[in-house]
Amino acid sequence: MTELQVNPDAPAIQVRNLRKSFGDHEVLKGIDAEVDNGQVVCVIGPSGSGKSTLLRCVNLLEQPTSGDVFVEGIQITDPDVDVDKVRSRIGMVFQQFNLFPHLSVLRNLTIAQQRVKKRDKNEAIEVAKRNLEKVGLADKAAAYPAHLSGGQMQRAAIARALSMDPDMMLFDEPTSALDPELVGDVLAVMKDLANEGMTMMVVTHEMGFAREVGNSLVFMDDGLIVEEGDPREVLGNPQHERTQAFLSKVL
Amino acid sequence: MSPRKRARLSRGIQYAVLVLLALAAALTIDWQNIYEAFFELDVLAAMWPEVIVTALKNTLLYTASGFSLGLALGLVLALMRLSPVGPYRWMATGFIEFFRGVPALVVFIALGYGVPLAFPGYLIPFDPLGPAALALGLVGGAYMAETIRAGIQAVPKGQMEAARSLGMTSGRAMGSIVVPQAFRIILPPLTNELILLTKDSSLVYVLGYTATTLELTAFGREVLNQEKTLTALVGISLCYLMITIPLSILVRRMESRAARAR
Repeated sequence: MTELQVNPDAPAIQVRNLRKSFGDHEVLKGIDAEVDNGQVVCVIGPSGSGKSTLLRCVNLLEQPTSGDVFVEGIQITDPDVDVDKVRSRIGMVFQQFNLFPHLSVLRNLTIAQQRVKKRDKNEAIEVAKRNLEKVGLADKAAAYPAHLSGGQMQRAAIARALSMDPDMMLFDEPTSALDPELVGDVLAVMKDLANEGMTMMVVTHEMGFAREVGNSLVFMDDGLIVEEGDPREVLGNPQHERTQAFLSKVL
Repeated sequence: MSPRKRARLSRGIQYAVLVLLALAAALTIDWQNIYEAFFELDVLAAMWPEVIVTALKNTLLYTASGFSLGLALGLVLALMRLSPVGPYRWMATGFIEFFRGVPALVVFIALGYGVPLAFPGYLIPFDPLGPAALALGLVGGAYMAETIRAGIQAVPKGQMEAARSLGMTSGRAMGSIVVPQAFRIILPPLTNELILLTKDSSLVYVLGYTATTLELTAFGREVLNQEKTLTALVGISLCYLMITIPLSILVRRMESRAARAR
């Protein structure tokens, strides 16, 4: 097992000619993308365009069929790389939150710190409480996930990912399962994160967030990146026909 | 008549019929006869205290050790069934099919008499607790394996993904995230297995028993042979209920506690 050699000059995430098939169905048809350190890249596109699959390939929740993924210069598609080590440095937030329902909120935040990062209990609790405070859930440490609202669950899930001190965060449609009035709280937390300089890759339908917070916007359709660039440019003056068609439906 | 009134009337009639049936039973049954056949107090008194300190204790001992063994075996088999490694899956499937399909009695006889024949000079240690626990464990494990597998598969896939995305290895994610949730889901069917095993523990008699190793059913049969009264079986049946009813209550409590945390 090779030790992880982080290259500080390398982009946070680099995807090269990535292809992914499920059976006969090719979901990603050769993707090249890059996320620089401290950048927020938003990925938009119609459902089935492969944007979630792209995100899930970045921490190998999906195994790419071919192509390469580099995280901080480490080729994580190389079979010699310890994927668990790499994953513990990439925070991931899911559409369905995926909090552990049998554990209290606090335990949700400490379990991986203790079992993966080998932090002692007190330190883990301290980190967890700091992150709960950050997302506005300091008073929910003892609650179980079932007793939280959707927005609180998602903020707890973000705090859980942050408690591992990740170098970057992946968001897979973090507000799509929320009631409209709860979306704002979650987006506010994400915006704070972006302002602190967190590297983020966000699959989203929130065009307002993409425009305001994103440094770069990627439009995907049918397994390919159709258009990318400055969010205001892409959203305000889309060049490609498919981008125009998509935006006319959602804006 | 409005539907609601009709429903109320119908319910009233049903209660009245039930009360009448109960009355008729109370009046027609020869209570003295029943009492003499099934509730001879002096026979019940004579069973005391052996029925508790020996028979009930042994039943609990056989069941508890068989269940623990079966639970561990069932968990291993369930994980083997879900393994990406083909031979593990095939071995587990073969094992489960065999021990689920063969009568428990045959397994007891095989362990009690077959093993000494197949491996001369070798004995399963802690006779009869060893062979009894092993037989109950093999049979119970085969049943529980399928229950546990279903429980693991009932835990949403996102749980494993969330655990892996935090850097947990698949084994650790399985152990600390998926399996604990699976056991909450399968608590009721698992209780069923435990109750079935409690009663299957009566098959220990085929291994032979002494005054100190007999369990409830064997004890009941001894008393039945001596006293020629079914009171003996009533006595041991009450003891079985003393195990199973508190168990049901305990599990119901655990379920409602788990439900609150959900």
